[in-house]
Amino acid sequence: MDIIYILVPLSLLLIGIAVLIFFWAVKSGQFEDMESPAHRILFDDDEPVSRPRNDTQDDKPSDKP
Amino acid sequence: MNAHSAQERCFHCGEATTEGERWSTLVDGQRQPMCCPGCKAIAETIVASGLKDYYRHRTELPELSPAELEDSDLSARESLTLYDSEALQRRFVAHLSGNQQGEAEATFIIDGISCAACAWLIEHRVGQLPGVKNAVLNLSNHRLVVRWQFDQIAVSSIAEAIYRLGYKASPFSATEQEEQRHREGKLAIRRLAVAGIGTMQVMMMAVPLYVGMAEQYEFFMRLASMVMTLPVVMFSARPFFTAALRDLRTRHLTMDVPVSLAIVLAFCSSIWSTLNQGIEVYFDSVCMFTFFLLLGRFLEMRARHRMGKAGNNLLTLLPNIALKVGDDGVEHVIASEDIRIGDVLRLKPGHAIPADGVVMEGRSSVDEAALTGEYLPISKKAGDRLIGGTFNVESPLLMKVTATGAEAQLSTIMRLMDRAQQEKPRAALLADKIASHFVAAVLIISSSVFTFWWLQGNEHAFFIALSVLVVTCPCALSLATPTALTAATAALRERGLLISKGHVLEVLPQINRVVFDKTGTLTQGKLTLEQVEPLADLDATQVLALIAGLEKHSTHPIARAFRAIKSAAVENTEQTAGQGISGQWNGLTLRFGRADYAWPAAPLAEPDSNAAGQWLLLASDQQPLAWVRLNDSLRRNAASIVSGLQQRGIAVSLLTGDPGASGQVVADALGITDLQTGVSPEQKLAAVRAWQQAGERVMMVGDGINDVPVLAGADIALAVNEATDLAKTNADVMLTNGRLETLLTALDGATKTRRIIAQNIGWALLYNLIALPVAAAGFVPPWAAAIGMSFSSLLVVTNALRLNRLPAPDSSEV
Repeated sequence: MDIIYILVPLSLLLIGIAVLIFFWAVKSGQFEDMESPAHRILFDDDEPVSRPRNDTQDDKPSDKP
Repeated sequence: MNAHSAQERCFHCGEATTEGERWSTLVDGQRQPMCCPGCKAIAETIVASGLKDYYRHRTELPELSPAELEDSDLSARESLTLYDSEALQRRFVAHLSGNQQGEAEATFIIDGISCAACAWLIEHRVGQLPGVKNAVLNLSNHRLVVRWQFDQIAVSSIAEAIYRLGYKASPFSATEQEEQRHREGKLAIRRLAVAGIGTMQVMMMAVPLYVGMAEQYEFFMRLASMVMTLPVVMFSARPFFTAALRDLRTRHLTMDVPVSLAIVLAFCSSIWSTLNQGIEVYFDSVCMFTFFLLLGRFLEMRARHRMGKAGNNLLTLLPNIALKVGDDGVEHVIASEDIRIGDVLRLKPGHAIPADGVVMEGRSSVDEAALTGEYLPISKKAGDRLIGGTFNVESPLLMKVTATGAEAQLSTIMRLMDRAQQEKPRAALLADKIASHFVAAVLIISSSVFTFWWLQGNEHAFFIALSVLVVTCPCALSLATPTALTAATAALRERGLLISKGHVLEVLPQINRVVFDKTGTLTQGKLTLEQVEPLADLDATQVLALIAGLEKHSTHPIARAFRAIKSAAVENTEQTAGQGISGQWNGLTLRFGRADYAWPAAPLAEPDSNAAGQWLLLASDQQPLAWVRLNDSLRRNAASIVSGLQQRGIAVSLLTGDPGASGQVVADALGITDLQTGVSPEQKLAAVRAWQQAGERVMMVGDGINDVPVLAGADIALAVNEATDLAKTNADVMLTNGRLETLLTALDGATKTRRIIAQNIGWALLYNLIALPVAAAGFVPPWAAAIGMSFSSLLVVTNALRLNRLPAPDSSEV
């Protein structure tokens, strides 16, 4: 059971690392938007996106899809 | 006119369309009906960009009506180019590489987002633009962050692409307050995380301690728990300590005092116990206690921050830039903070006026709705006063600045608001009231228990007293009230009501007077077509087509009422400020506007002078053609909410800044007897104060800048969803679904919440009455205390969760 003298400090160390990673995540703004990611994952284009015919910002009105 | 009988709905915006006024667009090989050219243009843009999946993904219809958008679009096209001016870009564009060639980042506030598919649409569309590296839209604060190659596309083109999808984009730069709130939010998440992780770990180490383990490891485990608890107490629990110190200094017994006391005493005694081989440690209780309390406060803070999503920029009404005319007659763009008294500014139609001033040249009408509540534009000529923050509607004006910044009228209203906020009656909270008695009782009992055992010569006196403190503290009040409030807040949020201040749910059941503003609150705040009276051989449809043709390119609010109507081909239209509009059709000259303008030959009597709203005349140069009545129509269910309130024994009043007769008409239609028209923001505030002094609890429902002081002064302030940012930030509650009847749900919900809080506190007190003597007698072993506490907490939380089953707005009132 003396292994506990190593395991407990080790767990404290791991927790310290976990907290640091969490702080980094907060700093990089990952907790600022709790809503969009949940929705975004649903919208990923299940069918190949019909690319625009021209990639420029020209969006002439048209009757064709 | 009854053009809105049952027919097809517009594929884009969901408005009803009629056979005669239909447009259509091909989406996915199917011809879909469109209600107006605005929707058609947007739908075509979406399809042409390959983003038609938007229609599959979306769960809500667009928020901004396309007619409104097209209208603002006309004037916006031009103002968008102003985004390219250096004076403005300095405020919101960050050059990441430090020069004009590299990557840049800008933040926009997007108006009109109704569901997650909107975010998908905007991100993909902006991402398609040349040079754009990425575009990320935050759904909780509606901000779009764009990163792009600065020299490849102009800022105005990015904004225009968003406009073409049917949303409004305006540049965003954070204010001091906003930055601070941002930092506060991040810190709170960190505190919560440290407390949460600490709690899990310490509980894990507490299990072997409770179960009982070999003597030689006990000291080590306690030491490890102590190390783990240290950051929780020093970092996570800090807000409680600072609050408790502040409250003690102001001689106030709040929950923060025993909370801090329990944390500090339990922690210190556990340390002492660890170092001196004492009988008990409380590290797990300390952590768990801190974590649950922090969680409650964190949720409350999040709701509060959500309110200011529009940027909390108090002066967003004022444009960021102005066109200054120099002494040499040359115009140049200046930032609005560089405006000085005496400057001459050119005001383009459709733009906001940047400062208070006097008209020097030109004739136009000005939309002062945000400040006065008067929804029809006011005609201005040379010598008339202009107020900063209002909108120039028709034609260019030249103005001389008389007041800027702190002296301007908008700032005056804000000062009034600040004062009202300071004088706001402090809500006596149920929890606070009970808490201070309870706190005093707990402190007295704990100390007398300690004294008693100490006099008996019991060496465990301190720990028995401490277990009294710990056993009583957590469940009784820290969970009973917050869980109920959190559950009710969440339930109401789902039903379209956002609560941002803690006192709302507790004060709501005591409200005995609700005060409404008229324009934009009880009414829609925009003109709609009410009635057509043809005078010649043209029928109503033909008449409306002619008017729609005349008004097609006008930015006047009256023109909005005719946006959705198929227009006839009218040419050479010309506006006369404050009078009307004229144009050519089939060789005839048509005039539409005030009767004396449209048909100057002889005065004509209005068909029905008692009807609410405004009669306008359409005439050719040969004969008068038709009368048309426009009015600001009532919101749906406005009548049912008024009667619903009256049934609940709540008095209803109407205070409006509009001096006209329409206030009386609205009051009559809704059955409101208490009415004051033409009141200034100061008078509104005074009226509310008078009621408050008479002992009433007043709730104010409003939307405009002119309502802001009174919103700040009322016991509870509710802002409707279209309210100005300033009104929203001053409100305690915000309506997010635009349905006034949600207010009734809130009232019922608050009553129910109060009942559940009472039950919870009752249970907690009962539990304490039983547990306290046993603990005081020193008979509570740790495991029993733990089970009892968990069971009690569970019961309280489950009871609170019943609040999720509030009735939906529909079923509460018919």
